[in-house]
Amino acid sequence: MASHTDAHGEHLDHAHASAGRYIQIAVILFALTALEVLLYEAIFGSLRESSGALATSLGPWFVELLLALSALKFFLVAAFYMHLKFDIKALTWVFSFSLGLATTVILSLFLLFWYNRGLWWMDGPW
Amino acid sequence: MATTALEHAPAYQRSTIVEWLTTVDHKKIGIMYGASAFIFFLIGGIEALIIRAQLATPNGTLVSAEMYNQLFTMHGTTMIFLAVMPLSAMFFNFFVPLLIGARDVAFPRLNAMSLWVFILGGIFLNASFLFAAAPNGGWFGYAPLSSRQYSPGMNMDFWAIGLQILGIASIAAGVNFFTTIINMRARGMTLMRMPIFVWMTLITQVLVLLSFPVITIALVMLTADRTFGSGFFVTAAGGDPMLWQHLFWVFGHPEVYILILPAFGIVSEVLPVFSRKPLFGYSAMVFSGAFIAFLGFGVWSHHMFATGMGPLADSFFSLATMLIAVPTGVKIFNWIGTVWGGSISLKTPMLFALGFIAMFIIGGLSGVMHSVAPADLQQTDTYFVVAHFHYVLFGGSIFALTAGAYYWWPKMFGRMLDEGLGKWHFWLSMIGFNVTFMPMHWVGLLGMPRRVYTYPEGLGFDLFNMVQTVGAFILALSILVFMWNVIRSWRGPADAPADPWGGATLEWSIPSPPQEFNFAEEPVVAEKDAFWAMKDAAGVDRFPEPGHVSGRGIHMPGPSWWPVVVAVGLLMFFVGLMVHRSWAFPFTPVSIAGFALMVFGVFKWAYEPVDAHAPQH
Amino acid sequence: MLTPRNIEEAAMTSAVLDHDAHPAPEAHHTSLPIDNRKLAMWTFIGSECLLFASLITTFLIYRDSSVGGPGPKDMFEVPLVTFGTAILLFSSFFVVMALDGAKNGNRKKLILWLSLTVMCGLFFVAMQVYEFNHFYHKGLGYSTNLFSSSFYTLTGFHGAHVAIGTVWLATLLKDAIKGRIPAEKAINLELSALYWHFVDVVWIIIFPVVYLMSLGR
Ligand SMILES: [Cu+2]
Repeated sequence: MASHTDAHGEHLDHAHASAGRYIQIAVILFALTALEVLLYEAIFGSLRESSGALATSLGPWFVELLLALSALKFFLVAAFYMHLKFDIKALTWVFSFSLGLATTVILSLFLLFWYNRGLWWMDGPW
Repeated sequence: MATTALEHAPAYQRSTIVEWLTTVDHKKIGIMYGASAFIFFLIGGIEALIIRAQLATPNGTLVSAEMYNQLFTMHGTTMIFLAVMPLSAMFFNFFVPLLIGARDVAFPRLNAMSLWVFILGGIFLNASFLFAAAPNGGWFGYAPLSSRQYSPGMNMDFWAIGLQILGIASIAAGVNFFTTIINMRARGMTLMRMPIFVWMTLITQVLVLLSFPVITIALVMLTADRTFGSGFFVTAAGGDPMLWQHLFWVFGHPEVYILILPAFGIVSEVLPVFSRKPLFGYSAMVFSGAFIAFLGFGVWSHHMFATGMGPLADSFFSLATMLIAVPTGVKIFNWIGTVWGGSISLKTPMLFALGFIAMFIIGGLSGVMHSVAPADLQQTDTYFVVAHFHYVLFGGSIFALTAGAYYWWPKMFGRMLDEGLGKWHFWLSMIGFNVTFMPMHWVGLLGMPRRVYTYPEGLGFDLFNMVQTVGAFILALSILVFMWNVIRSWRGPADAPADPWGGATLEWSIPSPPQEFNFAEEPVVAEKDAFWAMKDAAGVDRFPEPGHVSGRGIHMPGPSWWPVVVAVGLLMFFVGLMVHRSWAFPFTPVSIAGFALMVFGVFKWAYEPVDAHAPQH
Repeated sequence: MLTPRNIEEAAMTSAVLDHDAHPAPEAHHTSLPIDNRKLAMWTFIGSECLLFASLITTFLIYRDSSVGGPGPKDMFEVPLVTFGTAILLFSSFFVVMALDGAKNGNRKKLILWLSLTVMCGLFFVAMQVYEFNHFYHKGLGYSTNLFSSSFYTLTGFHGAHVAIGTVWLATLLKDAIKGRIPAEKAINLELSALYWHFVDVVWIIIFPVVYLMSLGR
């Protein structure tokens, strides 16, 4: 929220996305969700037998993969459906600052608890 | 929100009570914040006096141990949530719109709702005394003291539910003031031309918005433990009391900046005006404030050194805490730089502002001492800590708020406070405060623990405690002087000029007290210290007294019943939760009725007409 | 089971902002080129991030504390939540289409997509009621163990948000049918859409972090 501009009643609606773009995003979102479920099924669920090698190689990265996929979905919804890409920068600042702080709080509490009693999320591939 | 053109105001004759209950005027709301917070401040003060009377001599018998627990818990809770925060809110409400050249806040009815939720929440908390069940687990309600097992009565239910109510008021106000400051500034008032008080308010709202949700969740879980039998913080059920401490202090440390940053802002307004010099290092002041707030989210565990987090965590939180001394030091140097070489006028607001600097330095220094983990292990839970936070919260926040009260009183009420009584007030405060709290450093280092209701003879505590008690009553006397000052000014004529101090900011450009619409014409700002700039441009020391104008054609939001209706519904909802102890059916009829009332109020509110211009136009 | 504690909070800070802008449209000056209400909604959403962060942290810390009762692996079923997740994603898509209709003054489009959104909301709430009921009958009460308490609190809070959003959108649907949402008032829908997307985005986190990861490693 750095710069100060006078509105004179105008709103930044010029570049807002079209219905076609919304459909594109929807398709991607569904594909990503399907991929998440597929990953789970391939590694732990019903497809486990038929996906032997894949499960062994991706298995240890399950959590990381899921987090990356959902971060991507998160980003798409925030940028296009919530219009952050087209709105004034201040809104992106408000949201990303809060989100950054929220993530930091989660992570540092993890660390503090792990440090004292060892919790499941630390036995990953690292 | 019926928009009433002001020339029709007489057609809306309402009784005084109805007018204040339904007002959405930020100035009236500010005054109500101040009045109710001052009453709570007196209650919290009386609690402190009883505590001091009990501790005056060894083996005191004035109150029982149980009563003592309730007194110190309510003293802390009251002073933090019901006195200092809402006293700051009084200044946010009354002065932020004036300082940024706006006619009201962004959401006037939401503002009224915050006020009523706060007042009802405060009454709710204090109503616990009527049931002889005031909260008794300390203001940070540590598990397991707060659990059903160790606090079987309603005491901690009052605390957990009361703080949830107050949190809603704070978050609503946070959204409102953040939006107001970001989006309602007068033309030309860029962020870096805003008065520092507005900056500190903005930063405070960010802290409120990001820290109150955390305590809300912690309190919900505590209530669930106590009411529905879950075990979030119950060791026997596998719960971890450390989780409570972490969540509490993730909120709790930002909270102390919520208490002190508004005070920084007030002092930064007062010092330049009474030194007749612009604030030294404006942008350094802005950025150090923001930096303090930002760091404030990364230091919470310095309240938990004694829990044995291990050397890594201890070192991290030690260092982060020490780092905060840097921006704080920047602020103190800038305040001194502001006064340095100025033509100083030692009026009461200035005295309190200078007193603030001195006392805050002492409190800040003992704060840095706590950041050293090994030293903290010696100091924690002793009177040394009590001394520290009273130096920053009384010597800091309350001194600054008092400076603000004397400074802005003429603008709020059109009456000056008496200078002579003001000086009595200041010197009695200064002496009483130091006599009360300075000895706590020593008695703390001698090992006197806080929160014990009495102590035996012969430990070297006796004299210190007697002195502290005498000091507390001197401090109380200073408050009486202030009250007498207020009553005197109330009886006197309303003859305060618009600009009694030669002020730097926009609020001094309009009559005292301001008319309902604040500014007849929305001001245009060309540089910071906008009103000084206007006077300079006109080549005058003071402008002639501004007259009252008709306000014809200015549309102001009309009164509304719905904020107070929603607040009452909300209170009923929470009161209902006090009774039932089963998760399968948590809703009593009171809760259901309250919820229904709230939903009804929200809908009526949402559909209240926005643009209904008064008919005969 | 809804967690009632935050209903009023969200209801007030969000629903109420809906119409509570400064009046006097003729001289409506704002410092940034954005409506007050939209800025306020984003501010509120920022605040909500910390609310859900606290809930998610608690769940992750207590996820495996299922002594004396069933744990996540005895309870969670992927097909059902996948269905719920899809429903919420659909609804996010529907509400942007409705908003598109509202901004173009296309009332038919607005009503069509908005009713679909409201139906999704109802479906999701129904799904959650079914899920909670199902879990309860499989022996997972609210206070059975720390896993159950933290799971119900997190998803209950989220469910309460969905319920509030559904009521809000349904109210706007009623307005739209009565023709009260012309193009220049599309902001009314935009606010609720923002809130709705946020609720969806929270679920985008909850679905893998709470369900899939608990079943996996
Ligand atoms: Cu701290």
